[in-house]
Amino acid sequence: MTAFIELRGVSKTFGQVTVVEGLNLEVRKGEFLSLLGPSGSGKTTILMMLAGFEGATSGDILLDGEKIDHLPPYRRGMGVVFQNYALFPHMSVAENVAFPLEMRGVPKSETRPRVKAALDRVQLGHLADRRPDQLSGGQQQRVALTRALVYEPKVILMDEPLGALDKKLREEMQLEIRELHRRLGLTIIFVTHDQSEALTMSDRIAIFDAGKIAQIGTAGEVYDHPHNRFVAEFIGETNLLDGVVKGPAAVELTNGATIVAPDHGYAAGSRVSVSIRPERLRLDGNGDNRLQATISDVVYQGDHLRLHLDAGALSLVARLERGAAERRTGESVTVSFAAADCSVFAA
Amino acid sequence: MNAVSARQRGRAALLIAPLVIFLGVFFLWPLWLMVDVSIRNDAIGGAFPRTAELIGSWDGEAMPDAEIQAALVEDLRETPQSTLGAAVRTLNSQVSGFRTLMGRTANAARDLEDGQTLDLVEVDDRWAEPRFWQAIQTSVAPYTDRNLLAALDLERSDTGEIERMAASASANRLIIWRTFAIAGSVTVLCALIGLPYAMLAASVTGWKRNALLLAVLLPLWTSLLVRTAAWFILLQNEGIINKTLIGLGWIDGPLPLIFNRLGVVIAMTHVLLPFMVLPIFSVVSAIPKNLMPAAASLGARPLRAFWRVLLPLSMPGLLAGSLLVFMVAIGYYITPALVGGPNDQMISSVIAFYALQTANWGMAGALGILLLAVTTVLYLVYGRLSRGGAPTGA
Ligand SMILES: Nc1ncnc2c1ncn2[C@@H]1O[C@H](COP(=O)(O)OP(=O)(O)O)[C@@H](O)[C@H]1O
Ligand SMILES: [Mg+2]
Repeated sequence: MTAFIELRGVSKTFGQVTVVEGLNLEVRKGEFLSLLGPSGSGKTTILMMLAGFEGATSGDILLDGEKIDHLPPYRRGMGVVFQNYALFPHMSVAENVAFPLEMRGVPKSETRPRVKAALDRVQLGHLADRRPDQLSGGQQQRVALTRALVYEPKVILMDEPLGALDKKLREEMQLEIRELHRRLGLTIIFVTHDQSEALTMSDRIAIFDAGKIAQIGTAGEVYDHPHNRFVAEFIGETNLLDGVVKGPAAVELTNGATIVAPDHGYAAGSRVSVSIRPERLRLDGNGDNRLQATISDVVYQGDHLRLHLDAGALSLVARLERGAAERRTGESVTVSFAAADCSVFAA
Repeated sequence: MNAVSARQRGRAALLIAPLVIFLGVFFLWPLWLMVDVSIRNDAIGGAFPRTAELIGSWDGEAMPDAEIQAALVEDLRETPQSTLGAAVRTLNSQVSGFRTLMGRTANAARDLEDGQTLDLVEVDDRWAEPRFWQAIQTSVAPYTDRNLLAALDLERSDTGEIERMAASASANRLIIWRTFAIAGSVTVLCALIGLPYAMLAASVTGWKRNALLLAVLLPLWTSLLVRTAAWFILLQNEGIINKTLIGLGWIDGPLPLIFNRLGVVIAMTHVLLPFMVLPIFSVVSAIPKNLMPAAASLGARPLRAFWRVLLPLSMPGLLAGSLLVFMVAIGYYITPALVGGPNDQMISSVIAFYALQTANWGMAGALGILLLAVTTVLYLVYGRLSRGGAPTGA
């Protein structure tokens, strides 16, 4: 992997508080990388260091192999889309979009058609003379995006750009941004605290926990094979089964059952947690592992059923497709799952 | 339904009644008195009540008819000497010759026995000239624009046209221009100091912001007289500034800092600075914090970002502050009186002169109206400008 953007051991402290700690991160050219994490985990701070608004306390930031730590924001050429758009309220939509071209000394005769073309591309050509406060949230969002893209920057940084939109509009914009990313071959670093947004949009996701990367990988990797409890719980829903390691691939759970898990490398006797996703639990008896359980609740969720199960000292949640055999509360069932669907990590 | 809303309206009216009464008694009524006193004209009408009643119908061509002449004679007989004297002096200031004319006629009128009529032309043949009658006719009108015109160094000629006064007669225009010049310099200086100051205060947080704002507000809580007196002490020849400069050997003799224009402008700028800083601060601190970073990320160097983003968004505050400072400054009185020289007195001191020293309430009122008019026009201009969509940056 050749890194286009690289952070080497980057730390950031505000006074006594360490917000980002020893961060190593590589982003490929043309990649869509999401920074996902709870509020306060340092995502915005990382973006601000990339854009040049904050200096790193230690470590290096490289773009295309060259250190950019010393460059002021206006020399970095990174397009930034801010959390609440940061459109200039005293300028029209067209003037906002023309601003980065004006700053680069692009002649007026060239600016006008470029702005017009850029606005037409996002269906905002007819609003060119409006002021930002006369636009809806979605339109403002598109203007902010257009303004950040119009001068064809090498990198686009986005800080929760869709946070203020309602669900439907947000999903529309997610697809629009993905489409732009693909069509223009952009390198995008996208900050969000919304896991489904990250899963939908990204090539890779970096999950942050208190200023450190908890895991980085494709959506499939982080969802199916979480490396730690934080990731397993933060992304999607999961069953965490506590137990003690019995052998290279065996774990004894707290309810006494022993299950087969993928080769995990923990020494016998270590306390571990096994994570298994609700939709990987089955009631048809197929799979390497079996647990006897009683159904304690059945919840209809439209397209699927959620079963709450008691297996001795363990509580489990299973997600079943509709159309499977009817299940009733109080019924005794055998829950089964494949060893390959389990993830094991230290408790 | 109607009854209910009528009652609600009645109750609402009752609630604002104290405010309306307060405004009426302490604002509108004195304002009207000022206007009234400046245009009322009873010095002459009061001395010639009978003539005033009749002469309105005169056509201004030939000599007025016997009835009007008799009324004038009657007025000259009845009006006390002192009242008459003042009226005649005013008339004489408009058409010279009135003093001898009236003096002679009044003597003749007083000598007249009851029942007889006086032939005015026989007493003095100038009564045959319409211009004296015209002067009386215009002067006895209940209202006059004489004071208002005089406030601008204008007067009416014998024929009623508006013309400039002789240069030696009055200096109001000079003082008006001086007032504008001083208020203008103070406004510019306040803007030059206040804009960066307010931006600095808006850009920091916590105790630094509080300290900066306190430094502006503290003088505002101190009496104007005290602040001006403080400048009086600082600026004088033996004051701290001159002593320090001499002590440092930078100057040989004291700089003339007081009793001149420089002193007035320095002291007024200090006193009025809060009126510039506070509006700018409130506008600038409402500008979203991410606009300047956004400008930088889009390629704007700090100075250009300031010029294209921060400054335009601060304009409403700068405009409001400038207007406020200018409007307050043109009415200044104490500061120029204490730290200015004779050539630095502003329009308010002329008003004070007319009101306190010559009891010429008419002129005082007219100059007051002039101040009010300028302020109102400025206010309307500001309203127009700010309605033109200047954003507040919210
Ligand atoms: N300028 C600053 N001064 C002090 N603390 C800050 C500053 N900026 C951010 N922080 C702190 O750093 C932590 C991470 O902030 P941020 O990067 O905004 O998180 P996120 O974007 O993931 O929600 C927060 O606890 C925040 O309070
Ligand atoms: Mg954030």
